[in-house]
Amino acid sequence: MIQKYRTHLAFSFMALLLIIVGIGQSWSVSIGIFNLCIISAIMAMGVNLQWGYAGLFNAGVMGFTALGGLVAVLISHQPIYEAWSVGGTGILISLLIVIVASFFIFYVSKNIKSIFKKRFFIVFIILLAAIGLSKFYGPSIDLIEDINPAKTGFLGGLGMPIVFSWIAAAFAAALLAWIIGKVTLGLRSDYLAIATLGISEIVIAVLKHEDWLSRGVKNVTGLPRPVPYEIRLQESEWFIDIIEWLNSSRLSAIETVSGKQDLLNKLVIEGSSIYVKLCYAGLFISVLVILFFLSQLALNSPWGRMLRAIRDNEVAASAMGKNIVGQHLQVFILGSAIIGIAGAMLTTLDGQFTPGTYQPLRFTFIIWVMVIVGGSGNNLGSIFGGFFIWFMWIEAEPISIAFISLVTSGMDYGDPIRTHLIASAPHMRLFIMGAILLITLRFMPRGVIPEKVVRPS
Amino acid sequence: MENYDLLNAIILLANFVIVPALSYGSQLALAALGITLVYAVLRFSNFAHGDLMAFGTMIAILITWLFQSWGLTAGVLPTALIALPFAMALTAGFCLLTDRVIYKFYREQKSQPVVFMIVSVGVMFIMNAIVRFIIGPKDRTFFDGEKFIIKAVEFKSYTGLPEGLSIKSTQVLTIVIALITMMMLFYFLQKTKMGKSMRAYSNNEDLALLSGINPDRVVMITWIIVGMLATIAGVLYGLDKSFKPFTYFQLLLPMFAAAIVGGIGNPLGAVAGGYIIAFSEVMLTYAYKKFFMYLLPTNLEPSGLMQFLSTDYKFAISFIILVIVLIIRPTGIFRGKTL
Repeated sequence: MIQKYRTHLAFSFMALLLIIVGIGQSWSVSIGIFNLCIISAIMAMGVNLQWGYAGLFNAGVMGFTALGGLVAVLISHQPIYEAWSVGGTGILISLLIVIVASFFIFYVSKNIKSIFKKRFFIVFIILLAAIGLSKFYGPSIDLIEDINPAKTGFLGGLGMPIVFSWIAAAFAAALLAWIIGKVTLGLRSDYLAIATLGISEIVIAVLKHEDWLSRGVKNVTGLPRPVPYEIRLQESEWFIDIIEWLNSSRLSAIETVSGKQDLLNKLVIEGSSIYVKLCYAGLFISVLVILFFLSQLALNSPWGRMLRAIRDNEVAASAMGKNIVGQHLQVFILGSAIIGIAGAMLTTLDGQFTPGTYQPLRFTFIIWVMVIVGGSGNNLGSIFGGFFIWFMWIEAEPISIAFISLVTSGMDYGDPIRTHLIASAPHMRLFIMGAILLITLRFMPRGVIPEKVVRPS
Repeated sequence: MENYDLLNAIILLANFVIVPALSYGSQLALAALGITLVYAVLRFSNFAHGDLMAFGTMIAILITWLFQSWGLTAGVLPTALIALPFAMALTAGFCLLTDRVIYKFYREQKSQPVVFMIVSVGVMFIMNAIVRFIIGPKDRTFFDGEKFIIKAVEFKSYTGLPEGLSIKSTQVLTIVIALITMMMLFYFLQKTKMGKSMRAYSNNEDLALLSGINPDRVVMITWIIVGMLATIAGVLYGLDKSFKPFTYFQLLLPMFAAAIVGGIGNPLGAVAGGYIIAFSEVMLTYAYKKFFMYLLPTNLEPSGLMQFLSTDYKFAISFIILVIVLIIRPTGIFRGKTL
């Protein structure tokens, strides 16, 4: 009975949690958590594609997320024409040098047989490219970063609607994944984990320090939104009318006109924030639904079956003539593209891009906890994992503060140990995450909603 | 002064490249040894190793504070050295506890290495939380005692050269302690009965079992050694630089790079890998402008900083070395996999 309705039970439980937060804290908080839950669920689906379908351990989720965020900036921010005019050509020439050099390295490594000659030529090309870059790259980034550094100091973006960046982020992440995959996928699985961990750190380092590209730690704020602004809503007639109509019973209970107006103003401000979050929720849900159906189709297609065959027995699949490295590369690219989309969505929701906030525990390993807890190999499981773990990540802080206050309530108010414990309470969320992961692995190794194994009879 | 240019250039290099890289390399080598031992005997990549180091260092710091409050110091040496043995014992005990409570179950199930790896991610979260909960996420220095062995000013007045050489006592301590630790470890692995049985177990589990080696004992000894090595590495790193839980977590990448470059599972490789990574990191991020100013005639002096890579990208260096080695020689420099 429980086995059969596991999925329903899990999602009902999740809905119940969000409703409790809505009633207990506020609906605005609840919908805010819900939006981030959806983004987490999409990230978890990307990791699930790699781990659940194909058994690839990607420890670089953070890198793809941050790359998605960068693409959101590059697509939506207004172009800084002044910066382009002083340094644009230099940057474009540098880009050209990198592309030409990579092409030559690729050509040499394919066509020259002698290993010694091959290495010699590759080192030679790299040196040549480095000399070329030092002529163009350094001077132009200095010029770009000098243009109004307090406000811009970077090249800006294309000035297109930010929603386009969700698609562009998928392609950018796919390109990065292709490069990493080409290098590391032929190797053992743990090496992939370490290599992706390294790549993600490098991506963050680039975003933090290449100011001409992303403004670095100065952050890019005020990205355009795909949804209305609260302040506009609060001024528009139709929105005020709707709020008035929705709350007509509460409003009519108040006698005085000024009291009525005060309440209405409060309700409009609260309502506008909820309305904006609901708009985001609508956009995100549609992305989630599309990706979910595509993933389900892929899972149940011959391609999905082949991937699972490779995952479960590489040797046998290889004997059947399947190209294991090629298939792994495909699924690695697809999964990373999905993570890239989620990264762009996250930056869209925040309205700002802050490279300093990307941390591996928050952006890589939490996603892994989501996939494992939800049930690897099952998309619904990943979605549930994304929802549940994100919810716990947010609510762990108030819960642990309440818990520690309760435990230490016997101590004196000014006791230094008590102060220290209460100040350290936020770190308990890491403990809770680790505990959830270990308990799941021990007692429910296949997750809350396990993978369905379909066997043709 | 003209005639001393070469000497000046060498001193400059020693001051900013060789000595720092030697001490950083020793720290990395000790850390990579821990990773490689876990890999060789327990057969998984331990993601929790950085946080284990942080844990050990935290214990050492707490004991140091306790000793300092008693007024117990080591004179010119840092007090943390007296605390080190106690911290090592406690961390080894903590490792055994983790193994008993968490890893043992999966060993009995004969789980896949990748499951162990995910379990170690869970352990990483918990250790991270414990460290941050007890000592907080902030930067801490716990060094006391004499700071320098050779001060730049004294060196200048003594030799009369314009270029000063300063050697911090922590750097010498690191190198000496690391050398002693490595020698003891290699003696243990090569000459003692227990070490030999560890190597046998790592080489072929089934044959080791057949020859009467007790696997539980091998695993236990491994965890004890790993805990002690992690504590030594962490304390030395913390004394030399400073202690911050997040930095220790980030050390995971150079540590793994060191272990893999040398050949994961091979202790000699871990040591070599540690020094390779450290030297490349320091040498590639050092600005050679002054060095060339000493060596080249005035009209040829370089205009730029002569820096290959900015220090912001030091992660990239360990990563690039890792990738190059994996492409050219996937088993690492010393063929890895067994002790």
